[in-house]
Amino acid sequence: MTTKEYESYYVPAQSKWPIVGAIALFLIAVGAANYVANLNNPENAGGGWVLLAGIALIIYMMFGWFNNVITESMSGKYSPQMDNSFRQGMSWFIFSEVMFFAAFFGALLYARTFSVPWLDGAGNNAATAIILWPEFTATWPLIKTPDGTETTAMGWYGLPLINTILLLTSSITAHFAHVSLEQNKRGLLKFWLGLTVVLGVVFLFCQGLEYAHGYADEMKLYLDSGIYGNTFYLLTGFHGMHVTLGTIMLLVMLIRVFKGHFTPKNHFAFQAASWYWHFVDVVWVILFVFVYII
Amino acid sequence: MTTDVIDDQSEHDSHDGEHHDHKMTGIKRWLYTTNHKDIGSMYLWFSFIMFLTGGAMALVIRAELFQPGLQIIEPDFFNQMTTVHGLIMVFGAIMPAFTGLANWMLPMMVGAPDMALPRLNNWSFWILPFAFAILLSSFFMESGAPNFGWTFYAPLSTTYSNGSTAFFVFAVHIMGISSIMGAINIVVTIMNMRAPGMTYMKMPLFVWTFFITAYLLIAVMPVLAGTVTMVLTDTYFGTSFFDAAGGGDPVMFQHIFWFFGHPEVYIMILPAFGIVSTTIPAFSRKPLFGYSSMVYATASIAFLSFIVWAHHMFTTGMPLFGELFFMYCTMLIAVPTGVKVFNWAATMWRGSISFETPMLFSIAFVILFTIGGFSGLMLAMTPADFQYHDTYFVVAHFHYVLVTGALFSIFAGAYYWLPKWTGYMYNDTLSKWHFWCSLISVNLLFFPMHFLGLAGMPRRIPDYALQFADFNKWVSIGGFAFGISQLIFLVLVIKCIRGGEKAPMKPWDGAEGLEWTVPSPAPYHTFTTPPKID
Repeated sequence: MTTKEYESYYVPAQSKWPIVGAIALFLIAVGAANYVANLNNPENAGGGWVLLAGIALIIYMMFGWFNNVITESMSGKYSPQMDNSFRQGMSWFIFSEVMFFAAFFGALLYARTFSVPWLDGAGNNAATAIILWPEFTATWPLIKTPDGTETTAMGWYGLPLINTILLLTSSITAHFAHVSLEQNKRGLLKFWLGLTVVLGVVFLFCQGLEYAHGYADEMKLYLDSGIYGNTFYLLTGFHGMHVTLGTIMLLVMLIRVFKGHFTPKNHFAFQAASWYWHFVDVVWVILFVFVYII
Repeated sequence: MTTDVIDDQSEHDSHDGEHHDHKMTGIKRWLYTTNHKDIGSMYLWFSFIMFLTGGAMALVIRAELFQPGLQIIEPDFFNQMTTVHGLIMVFGAIMPAFTGLANWMLPMMVGAPDMALPRLNNWSFWILPFAFAILLSSFFMESGAPNFGWTFYAPLSTTYSNGSTAFFVFAVHIMGISSIMGAINIVVTIMNMRAPGMTYMKMPLFVWTFFITAYLLIAVMPVLAGTVTMVLTDTYFGTSFFDAAGGGDPVMFQHIFWFFGHPEVYIMILPAFGIVSTTIPAFSRKPLFGYSSMVYATASIAFLSFIVWAHHMFTTGMPLFGELFFMYCTMLIAVPTGVKVFNWAATMWRGSISFETPMLFSIAFVILFTIGGFSGLMLAMTPADFQYHDTYFVVAHFHYVLVTGALFSIFAGAYYWLPKWTGYMYNDTLSKWHFWCSLISVNLLFFPMHFLGLAGMPRRIPDYALQFADFNKWVSIGGFAFGISQLIFLVLVIKCIRGGEKAPMKPWDGAEGLEWTVPSPAPYHTFTTPPKID
């Protein structure tokens, strides 16, 4: 890297957006905590409104903050070194997201490998099984918990398989969009990026259908249906939240493409959104294998 | 202080309405700042305020434990005190103090104009006070504050928790976001912003330790977020991650928590290694002995920290193989740590040593941290741990590591760089008083805890058997003395900011590093043009 690039490293002037974001996070946390703590007495729950106010404020912050960044970027204030900072920042952010999912995958694998078999007497836990729940039999998916809650397992064919195909396809279309951008084929870029967004939305719709099936009386697969339901809903749920976020990111990129933003050389935001999308895709593949198939 | 504003900044500001040429004044300067030195100062002040808050809670604990029996507070409030004391000291005092040092020093040490992502930096800081406001507000709730220990073991934090758990969970989420964003900034700054010629193996060791610590943070803070999320759903949404009746396992909580928790304790000690590796060579007037072995030792400790977590859980009834694996891995950590301690000793060996206050704290660090390390080695032995587990021996161990380790290193760093930050020399007499009072009282405070623990006094109880009375009395006296000693530091810092003997550019003749090539106090913007490193 040459000295010239260092000299033009852009240190932004004071900005009000971080403190707006801090207040927004504060409102979200207080609102959510208050709401959750008062789930059982809804007349007490003003927290929901505080939560919504926080979300509104953070959306306002994002508009303002990203608007600043985009303006700075379009006016050529960013050096390649700055671009590199953004790229590395985004990669490490995605790594932190990977570790967030790792916690839940860890819980899933621990339950499957250790806690459920141990409750049925595996290892040196014969006494545990005899004393606590003698009738309990270890199975996975755990369709009958030690305390007798019964549920049904979600199969991997049907909607989950369709969703896998949708998401894998969308990763490919996102890549095509990126290639089109790099080759400066704006028409193709719009097509592939638009298709990716559509696939993301359809995925989320199917996920909603799947949840509706789960919560229907035939399946009785609820969030509180024991460790199988817990891991199923939290893993797919958090994944779904990330797909939602990724879809919004891609949608914003699509709008920016229509506004004529991005050049074949300079398109960090697009790159970041596409990395994020590939990341949710990879998580889904792991999830499909360990939550649905095996 | 504003003489050195970036050249091209004024030109940007002219067509961007909300930006100003120079830093704003008053409260807006601090709310809106993107300057790493401002943010570093805010982190340091915040951490010191939290340190006094958490310290006050510790004194409530010590007051209750001054005598056997229940005198001052209810057991439930005692539990709230131990819990919030731990949370505040870990997430509010030690970690932000290190982040503050990183903010102040890293850009100057690598020759960068600022942190890589300055606005994100501001956000990382400002969400912290809000997080602790939420946590502390739970004291004023009907249910009281969290009372399940800072480790929030299930089912204490789920089935048996009081009404403030949701607030605890979301406060921890925000602390985690702050740490992750701060760590990303540190990593990117170091990877991307080094001055030309500063290769990785030419970076000051201080920079290396923060680099590795930041990786640990990015890797494990999200796992903490996952843990508290499971606690939240178990408590309020009927899941059974940590409930055997639904197929989960309370022990699983401990596995996931300590997968975060053990790297976390190295997050609080690796930067300390970096600080004393800066101060000891400076006051021994010799280069650091074994620089590259220090780098590799730091990396090894970081790696090992991921495979030792279950040594916190030897008594949970793990399979024998697990007990052995985690015992041996834990003992392995003594090797790279030993490399470090010997390197510090070798740095001092035949050095031209002078005993300025930063050096005093550093030498105290090396000796007392080693005591904490040795008691850690004792705890690592599975059969012995069955005796020590959850006793005051554990309390003694981690306070030696975190108070005489991490905190003393922070004091060493603060004294070392105060002239650079304020432009004035600190009051030497006061600093010596601070050191000697702290040193004597901290050992009176924590050393007898070893014996209490070995004799079987359990931790986290408001009352105890009569035979522990004498030791506890002395421990409490030490505690209050240590607490009061810290006020000397507060006075000293305020005096140093207000004035005193003018500090030269490089007040320590043996000091090395780019931060000593800029004036004292450091200008508002430094290294807008990077220095050249040979």
